[in-house]
Parts: sequence; structure tokens; C-alpha cells
Amino acid sequence: MPTHPLPANPGGPDWWGRHQLRLAPWLFLAPALLLFTVYVLAPIVQSIALSFYDWDGLGQPTWIGIANYLELATDPDFRIALRNTLIWVAGYLLAIPAGLGLALLLNQTVFGIRAIKSLFFFPFVISQVVIGLVFSWFFNPDLGLVEPLFRLFGQAPIAVLADEDWVTYAVVLAGLYPQIAYCMILYLTGLNGLRADLLEAARLDGAAHWTLFWHIVLPQLRPATFIAVVVTVIGSLRSYDMVAIMTAGGPYGSSRVLAYYMVERSLSEYGFRMGYGTAIATVLFAITLGYIVWVLWRIRQQERA
Amino acid sequence: MFPTPIQQAAPAWQLLYRIGLPLALLLWLLPLIAVALTSVRGAADMAAGNFWGWPSQWQLLANYGQLFDGTPLLRYLGNSLLVALPTVVGAVALACLAGFALGVYRFKANLLVFFLFVGGNFVPFQILMVPVRDLSLRLGLYDSLSGLVLFHIAFQSGFCTFFMRNFIRELPFELIEAARIEGANEWQVFRRIVLPLMRPALAALAVLVFTFVWNDYFWATVLIQGDHAMPVTAGLKALNGAWVAQWQLVSAGSIVAALPPVLIFFLMQKQFIAGLTLGATKG
Repeated sequence: MPTHPLPANPGGPDWWGRHQLRLAPWLFLAPALLLFTVYVLAPIVQSIALSFYDWDGLGQPTWIGIANYLELATDPDFRIALRNTLIWVAGYLLAIPAGLGLALLLNQTVFGIRAIKSLFFFPFVISQVVIGLVFSWFFNPDLGLVEPLFRLFGQAPIAVLADEDWVTYAVVLAGLYPQIAYCMILYLTGLNGLRADLLEAARLDGAAHWTLFWHIVLPQLRPATFIAVVVTVIGSLRSYDMVAIMTAGGPYGSSRVLAYYMVERSLSEYGFRMGYGTAIATVLFAITLGYIVWVLWRIRQQERA
Repeated sequence: MFPTPIQQAAPAWQLLYRIGLPLALLLWLLPLIAVALTSVRGAADMAAGNFWGWPSQWQLLANYGQLFDGTPLLRYLGNSLLVALPTVVGAVALACLAGFALGVYRFKANLLVFFLFVGGNFVPFQILMVPVRDLSLRLGLYDSLSGLVLFHIAFQSGFCTFFMRNFIRELPFELIEAARIEGANEWQVFRRIVLPLMRPALAALAVLVFTFVWNDYFWATVLIQGDHAMPVTAGLKALNGAWVAQWQLVSAGSIVAALPPVLIFFLMQKQFIAGLTLGATKG
């Protein structure tokens, strides 16, 4: 972390020379900040404002106060979407231990290990649309792809994507496939940076394998875990692609998540209820914001360290 | 090294590991292998439900030919390229400037602006959807490639600025001070001193942004309607609806859509992973 003392008057006596160090950062920032404000920061504020209106996307918006939120409170579809979003977060977090396990398995130096590592990582590079399509025909019981798996557990195959109780878990499972690969690569990098001296010292002390892992390795993997938790939680709150591709929210809306329900309400045959849609988005944003603030607070602590 | 190198384990364990590893890989990639095999199968295999076995006929050319002859897939691929490449150039260029500003200068709002970029990058897309769609409509950019590119540049510049700023912080600051003392102005410091040192970060960012944007589905459906500007992710979904039960075509289409990021990943693996795991080793 550098602390940069600036030279008092480096440029010379003219106006630009005297002020360039104060103005330069803003000039360098201007293009990115302008575009980011127009397309990201301002829309957040506009969306929140719009959630207090009734608007079909074309005519004049009508102010209706908190009516959209009151409607949300009694909307059973909203409750299901909220519940499914929480299932997504919890289920998606399994990618972290799974990724760590995979990384521990692969952190060896045997012939071809580099190629094997990148092939394990491979699913992350592929579009979620492709993963979603692949898994939706995987789960199709008519095709007999999952049949062997169900037989293994002595069960008749279930059409998981057509089953209200199973569908969200099945979609989360498909979503886990690339996410595990992502967490794995984070942990492989983390394992690569372990301090050999600490490991050796603990081994000489005769530490058991498990103790070594728990007390020496895991603490050193904390930065990797932090990033894995951040990207996984954000990824689960953003889950839209998989739901749209695999189930379109069905059957009977039972696999909707907040992100999907919002789009359905704003831009579909359900009518262009932009105000109601942005209210759903605002709830999702509020959940995410709480989380982002925690992340930024952690980063700030690291910056100070 | 952790776990203990397998070479120090008993011979039986070593053998198990060496045999188990390729098997585990095979199991892991099974979904993708099934897709690859299905993409060359004939209709007979589809009818017989032969998805796991060896293809009874090899229809590589027929299937992939049908993909490009009868559908706008090539157009979709071209559109994706026309969205991804300008976004890479635009977002990386903006982020070089902004990252330089946040990495080199100390000013009061520095951390606040940095947090706006990082935080904005994490928000759910849906909170942006209605206003961004509305803005694009009013600017006449709805359903056009340039509208989609402009949004992607703006959004990706958040992540890219975060990345660049952290990279620049690691550079030796003495170089910048030395240049200033020799009378270089701030633009010259950026252009001649810092930019050349940023080259490894540029490559890492470029491959990441390309992959993110190529794989985007949400904005492709929100900001685009017609085939003329539709990227391949949204196009594949549309084609999937038309190809009822023609899984060999769905598979072939999936493979074609996945190919460009996969190629980039294998060609530039080091940069790709370095970019993705930024910060995973240090507190």
C-alpha cells in the first residue's frame, strides 16, 4: 500500500502547472464516471423512485405511494420468488466447499495436471444459456439421461423440472456446475500461495492432517474464501439466466426467483407493470445492498491494513 | 504444499490417485461430452433414445451444415462479435484512465468513487432494467447493436476500473515521481510511464470482458428484439424453441455458441485465470 507524497509544485508557475495535480484525477475519471453514472448509478435511483408509481412504460406514470409494496406483501407469487431466491443463495453456497474439495484433490504435481485443472475449470467459461439447455435435456425423463441415476437410488425417474417441489433444487444444481469450477480455481490459486515454512513447521511438530488443514491451511485461504463467498452470493442473487432458460419460472411459477419475477411483471404477457416490477427489483436490490455494504466494509479494512 | 504430495503416499494410494483422476474428470465433463457426442448423432439415435452410447451414425457435417444453412446462427455469432469486441476496447480504455486516476492520485473522494465503481458492479441487473431500457428507447438505441455495446461498456467499466486501480497500486511509484521531477505532465506520466506497464493487466481484462459479454443473456433479451442485432445467447434460446426435440441441433448450436470463449480461454489461460483470481492470495 503506497502512501504518495506529492511534490509541492512540480509543473511550473502557469495556471495548469499549478492545478494539474488537483484536476488531473477528475479529467482521467470523467469518461468512465459519466457513462457509469448514466447507465448504472442513475438507473438505480430512477428504479427506486419508479417503484412508487403505477406505469405501463408508455403513458404518464401515476404516483401511488407505497401501494406497490403493500401489494407485494400479500402477493403469493412474490413470496414464492423470495423463498426461491433464498434457496438459491443457500444452495449456491455449496459451491464453496465443493470447489475447495476439488482444489484439494487437484493440487498435486502429476503428469498432465495442468491440462486436467483447466478441463475441470472448463464449465465456467461456457455461457449459462448453454449449461441451462444441456441440463434441461438432461433432466428430461423421456430421454432416459437421468434414468440410470434414479435407478441407482432405487427410484422411478421424476420429471424434476415439471415438479413444483423439485424444480428449484434441480435448477440450482445446474447452476452449481459452473460455480463449483469458479470456486475451485480461486482455491487452487490460494493453495498455490500457501507459505511452505508454516506447513513444514507444523508437519515437524507432528500435526495431524486434519489439524494442519484446519489451523494452518484454512486461515491462509481466507482471501480466496472471501472472494468465493462474494461472487457466489452475488451470483445467486442475480440468478436469472438459468431460470429463464430451463423453466421460464414454471411449472405454475414455482421456480421463479425475484430477478425473474421482476422481468415477468415488467415485460411480458402479464402486462407492462413497470412500477410493480421496479418494486420487486428494489426489494432484491435492498437485499443485495446490505450485502455489498458488508463487502465494501471488508475491503476498506483491508485497504487500511 | 498442501495436501501432501501424492508421491509421498503409499504406492496403493498413488495408483488409486492416478487412475481416479482421469475418471473423476470424465465424470465431471460427462454433461459436455454427451452434448459433443449428441451434436454428431443422427435422427435414428434421437428416436431410439441413444444419448449415452456411441453414435450409430456420424452426421457431423449434416448437423452443423443444417445449423448454418437453415438458421440465422451465423448472423447471431457475428452480432455477438460486434458487441463483444467494441465493449472490450471501450471498457478497457475507460478503465485505464479511471484506474490511473484512482490508483495514483490521493484526493478526498478517491475511496468513495472507487466504492461506487465496485458496488455498482455488484448490483442485480433488474434494478437497472426499466430505466436503461427506457433510456435506450428515448435515445433511439433500443434494438440496436450500439445500444447494447454502450450499456456493456458502461457496466463493465466498473469491474475494469476496480481491476486496473488495484493493478496500478502495485506498480513502483518512484517511476512516476521521477518522471514528474523531470518535468513530465500528468498525461505524459500516464501515457509513457504507466500505460506500458499495464500491458499484462490489459490482456487479462480483455479476455475476461470478452467472455462476460459474449455469455451475457439478460441484456441481450432486454435491449434486443430482432434477429438483425440478436447475440448468439438469445439467438440460441430462440432457436431452441423452434427445434422441438431435435437435440442434435440444440447440441451443435450450443457447441458453436460456446466455442469462442472456450478458444480464448485455452489460448490465454494464464491471463484469464490471473484476472479471475485477482486478490485470492493476499489479504
